[in-house]
Amino acid sequence: MRKVLSGNEAIARGAYEAGVKVVSSYPGTPSSEITDFVKRYDDIYCEWAVNEKVALEVAIGASLAGRRSMTCMKHVGLNVAADPLMTLSYTGVNGGLVILVADDPNMFSSQNEQDSRNYARFAKVPLLEPSDSNEAKEFVKKAFEISEKFCTPVIVRSVTRLSHSMSAVDLGERVETASKGLENNIPKWVMVPANGRVRHVFVEERLKELQAFNSKSDLVAEEINSNEIGIITSGIPYQYVKEALPEASVLKLGMVWPLPLDKIVEFSKKVKKLYVVEELDPIIETELLAQGVKLKKLKRPLTGELSVDAVKKLFGLKVNRCKAAVKELPNRPPNMCPGCSHRGMFYAISKLKLFAAGDIGCYTLGLLPPLSAINSTVCMGASISMAHGIDRASGGEYAKKSVAVIGDSTFFHTGINGLLNSVYNKGCSTVIILDNRITGMTGHQPNPGTGITIKGEESPRINFELLCRAFGIKNVVTVDPFDVDECIRVLKEETSKDELSVIITNRPCIFADRTVITNPYFIDEDKCTGCTACTRLGCPAIAWDKKKKIAMIDESLCTGCGLCPKVCRFDAISQRGAK
Amino acid sequence: MSFNILMFGVGGQGTVLSSDIVCEVALESGYDAKKSEIHGMAQRGGSVVSHVRIAKKVYSPVISFGEADIMVSFEYMEFLRYMEYVNSETLLVLNTNKIFPPGVLSGKEEYPEKIIKQKLKLFKDVSQIDALKIAQESGNIKVAGMAVVGALAKMLPFEKDVWKKIIESKVPPKTIESNIRAFETGFRA
Ligand code: SF4
Ligand code: SF4
Repeated sequence: MRKVLSGNEAIARGAYEAGVKVVSSYPGTPSSEITDFVKRYDDIYCEWAVNEKVALEVAIGASLAGRRSMTCMKHVGLNVAADPLMTLSYTGVNGGLVILVADDPNMFSSQNEQDSRNYARFAKVPLLEPSDSNEAKEFVKKAFEISEKFCTPVIVRSVTRLSHSMSAVDLGERVETASKGLENNIPKWVMVPANGRVRHVFVEERLKELQAFNSKSDLVAEEINSNEIGIITSGIPYQYVKEALPEASVLKLGMVWPLPLDKIVEFSKKVKKLYVVEELDPIIETELLAQGVKLKKLKRPLTGELSVDAVKKLFGLKVNRCKAAVKELPNRPPNMCPGCSHRGMFYAISKLKLFAAGDIGCYTLGLLPPLSAINSTVCMGASISMAHGIDRASGGEYAKKSVAVIGDSTFFHTGINGLLNSVYNKGCSTVIILDNRITGMTGHQPNPGTGITIKGEESPRINFELLCRAFGIKNVVTVDPFDVDECIRVLKEETSKDELSVIITNRPCIFADRTVITNPYFIDEDKCTGCTACTRLGCPAIAWDKKKKIAMIDESLCTGCGLCPKVCRFDAISQRGAK
Repeated sequence: MSFNILMFGVGGQGTVLSSDIVCEVALESGYDAKKSEIHGMAQRGGSVVSHVRIAKKVYSPVISFGEADIMVSFEYMEFLRYMEYVNSETLLVLNTNKIFPPGVLSGKEEYPEKIIKQKLKLFKDVSQIDALKIAQESGNIKVAGMAVVGALAKMLPFEKDVWKKIIESKVPPKTIESNIRAFETGFRA
């Protein structure tokens, strides 16, 4: 049967057809949907892990126990999982193990643009790169075969353009794989130095074998057209090449690490001019030049996505472009939703002009005006440790003017380690855990604070207050983020202390609990003085009427969170249907 | 025969679902089809864009500049962001509903009425519809997107029954009727 599937859906399908038994992942755009699709298959155990390192370790355990397993993450997630990855390369696998990593060239939704192919080279493991949904499914299946054949984890790399594009896929059946049983092999699985030294030799040998295998496998496809231009490419750029230069000969690589050198040399002899077209880092190009393959270098930017037009330009071909492009238009940046439970706390933070070490999640959007409440964002979990650094660097002085803000999911991810560190090292920063009971930014996945699993089954809900107290933190306060005055009071009090404090907010994301949505609010034109207190909340439902110089509420957007009436000093905002 | 269809709007308007439908209708009708979307983050209110390409064989999932055959704007001003894709033959399906961007909401920027009027002239043909009104008449304001799909369907050579079949398979069962009604009205508009 043929179906149009997104790259992510096809990857999930590939895991299903390959007989995968365990999938453990942490959500991250653009990879998140894969695991959400996996959860529909009852034959696969799947879970949201607290972070990518844990997710990979779960997959390693499943592999050790003899089952095919997979973990999915975004590129920056692979940084978190890099520690187990490097040694997993040495141990190898028992049941096949695939690491699906989705890169984000152009950073549509990421804090950096790193190229995960570097990890394959670094860890000395194979990396496959599909170029459409059907290949995504097929390559996942191939990856499991390679994993078991060569005793190696295999990375399958996607990019936003693949994960979030759709094309036709031929569906296959699931092939049940038998368990290989728990492998009890100490020299292989216990990486003390004596064993590690032996395994490193194995890793180098394996890489050579993989290279020879790649040259002979059907993962590399040669398309000979004219002998003028030959292009080596892979993944999504292959599609751009085919369209921009239909007359060129193409060597399409399915496995981009280790490279099929023999095949490449063979191909290079068939064409007059040889080029590499790849996105982001010049990995293939650098390697081939180092190997002495005669290549012509392209003047290619090392940032952003390629496109058909970009490839055409690289080869000096003409590109259409309508000259009617309109430049200065009002932007539509992503914004925290109407009724978002983070808004009140951010309003309080910006009122007090506190320096906020921020983190990764919806609440990063608190950086946008009018709230402008975030001063730094580096990576998952960095807020708490950075606030501690800020505090220590100033002998405690800056701690009185700064806070760390972190969401629930991010706190579980790696924030928890930072908090332990601050406690242990006697820091005095103020940490705000914005607990809205869900992983919002990536599409509302449950986490250990939600009280349900990926499949919707009930599970223990971690209690932040008890947890912090168990850490030995004395100042733990829970506050209603919609109560702005209370937020301001608590912030003032906790930042002034010479001890570590944790402030926890307690309102769900409007997607975590739809029952919180109630009747909309409206503004009484006669009472509104145009003071702009409410428009400064940045709620998308509140508009400014330029002519009348007053605020108004779009009732179709308002979720009835009740925040704006609390900042209006003229009693101009009230709820529909309220007595 | 091939079609490059660029669909865009504001998060929450149903742009992504609509482009899924177009893609599946094309495949069901025997074409190759690819789609690529950028929907930013999970929040509402940001720009959303979907490229749909239909032909005997499609390579790039993304449309090149100057090569949109049909543009579908789920919001009144959004097409202005994509003028680089327009050529002298491009058709525009335009939902006249306005959603004010934050800059306009806060009174710092103007909704670009004048530029809209000017640029509309550059299209070979514009079919304007008031999708919200159509949706209200079908008894469910959430189906506005389907009215836009109806207006687009009129320009494409696919059977109406295929459209209906795919729509039925894609929308929540309870809303099938109102969705089909909105689609039909859009088709006639
Ligand atoms: S998705 Fe939830 S957390 Fe994210 S902005 Fe919207 S309401 Fe806030
Ligand atoms: S009550 Fe006010 S702040 Fe809350 S969603 Fe409605 S308009 Fe926005």
